Amino acid sequence: MIKYISKNQIKLAPIFFLAPASCLFLLYVIYPIIDSIWVSFHSWNGMDRGLLGLSGDLKNWKWVGLDNYKELFFDDYEFPTLIINNIKWLILSLLVIPIGLGLAIFLNQNIKEMKFIKPLFFFPFVINLVVVGLIFSWFYLPKYGFLDLVFRSLGLEPIAFLAEESLATYAIIFAFFWPSIAYTMIIYLTGLTNVNREIVEAGRIDGAMGFKMFWYVILPQLKPATFIATVVTVVGALRSFDMVAIMTKGGPWGSSSVLAYKMYEEALFSYRMGYGSAIATILFIIMDIYIVWFLYRLFQNEKSEK
Amino acid sequence: MFPYPIEKQPILNRYRYRILLYLSIITWLLPLFAIMLISLRSLTDLNAGNYWGIPNEIHFFENYSEVFIRSPMARFFLNSLIITIPTTLITLLISSMSGFTLAIHKFRLNMIIFAAFIAGNFIPFQILLVPVRSITIQFGIYDTWFALIIFHIAFQSGFCTFFLRNFIKELPFELIEAARADGASEFFIYRKIVLPLMRPALAALGVLIFTFIWNDYFWALVLVQSDSVRPVTVGIQVLRGQWVASWNLIAAGSIVCALPPVIMFFILQKQFIRGLTFGAVKG
Repeated sequence: MIKYISKNQIKLAPIFFLAPASCLFLLYVIYPIIDSIWVSFHSWNGMDRGLLGLSGDLKNWKWVGLDNYKELFFDDYEFPTLIINNIKWLILSLLVIPIGLGLAIFLNQNIKEMKFIKPLFFFPFVINLVVVGLIFSWFYLPKYGFLDLVFRSLGLEPIAFLAEESLATYAIIFAFFWPSIAYTMIIYLTGLTNVNREIVEAGRIDGAMGFKMFWYVILPQLKPATFIATVVTVVGALRSFDMVAIMTKGGPWGSSSVLAYKMYEEALFSYRMGYGSAIATILFIIMDIYIVWFLYRLFQNEKSEK
Repeated sequence: MFPYPIEKQPILNRYRYRILLYLSIITWLLPLFAIMLISLRSLTDLNAGNYWGIPNEIHFFENYSEVFIRSPMARFFLNSLIITIPTTLITLLISSMSGFTLAIHKFRLNMIIFAAFIAGNFIPFQILLVPVRSITIQFGIYDTWFALIIFHIAFQSGFCTFFLRNFIKELPFELIEAARADGASEFFIYRKIVLPLMRPALAALGVLIFTFIWNDYFWALVLVQSDSVRPVTVGIQVLRGQWVASWNLIAAGSIVCALPPVIMFFILQKQFIRGLTFGAVKG
């Protein structure tokens, strides 16, 4: 036995080395995805699936086919709001990329105090979103909030940002900008330090200046940074749960809810696991587009390196 | 170097740049100054409606000690440590193993498993919510530290495997071949050759994972519910519900809750940024 193992080491090694991570991953990530999709075709209150009712059929677990999806698309009056809010998140959060790039260019200078200033720009990213959400909620608060104070002192009518149906989502996204810009900035700063100096110098000799230099020489070299920043920002925007849960709980009257938050509410407060899972499945399908794109790019690179 | 170096520009531009720089860093950190100031305010200040101005008295010691006396903040903080530290260590261990084999060994499922680990990073948490909660309840670990520890290990091992596999791929393969020629076992190669070389990557990942797990809110909300196991993120949100008007205490608690990753970041900045920007340069 031992002889067999040591003889076939190289063949057996992957099993040994992969076992712990892949077992956990299978149990806690792969299986739940499949199960969630399965649950989305059922009506389930989260209790024992096998329990029999008085009439002899399953009490808590019932096949309903596509009913959950039908309800979501056609009968749920919140659904349009959710989709629109998700789109708002997606589009507005992309602004973080040019802003982060601008900030990175602004900071990419070798003055001596930069060593201390760069980390200060970056560190909102490290602060957890609960605290970020809290600070911004206080900023937005009517009567006591910071913005209220500013508006009053300017002689303007104060606005209750988070209590206003038409504004709440924008206010949350704006708060989310703060840590996200910090993130894209650091990605671009690293990208900028790795820009090929010779090409830049050659460009200067050829007379490329300012915007021309940026557009034709710098930006193409920052492509990997842009790619990572886009993927992470988009995924972050679609996940958007934390900020919504902390700042408005989806309110006022569901106006700032997103798919991720609605799913949580349906599953944990209304005990509608099937319906919640249907929402999660939709979200998963949307995200898959990005996953496929990311994997495609990655393996494309892998091939070109060989 | 882009943009054009400021030190080669006229002196006036240099001054202008510096002024702009300091103004922007102050604006950028305004939210932080605000919450720090609030955490020092006295109740009289707050009652007088002075939320954003200069505080009349500084109540540093009073506020911060009161948070620990009047709330289970110390408990939350300890829970966060109990959850975060073992999770980080175990994740690094098992991902260094899976990353090693995915980088070094050739076998049929290699690419598929690797792709699954990467894809796992991007899925929405909501698709895991219902089954993970059921599994946790079935295992009898709902509302314990283990619920969070095991889940985080499983989930984070995706990202870590991805990261470490690519790191090991960059190492010279001759090292491994030479060791094999000397009759070294695969485990020996992992333990004595690759693992020591992985140290910088492990440090970079370690700080990153620590921060991710410390800052997790969603799973802490879903997998635990009693104060005796709750981490700080949910803890602070609960305090916020209880102490609606005591802004000074909530602010002090929030600062305590945000502190460990911040300290870690400032100490291990280089590692942190290396971990985060992995793939941004070449990818």
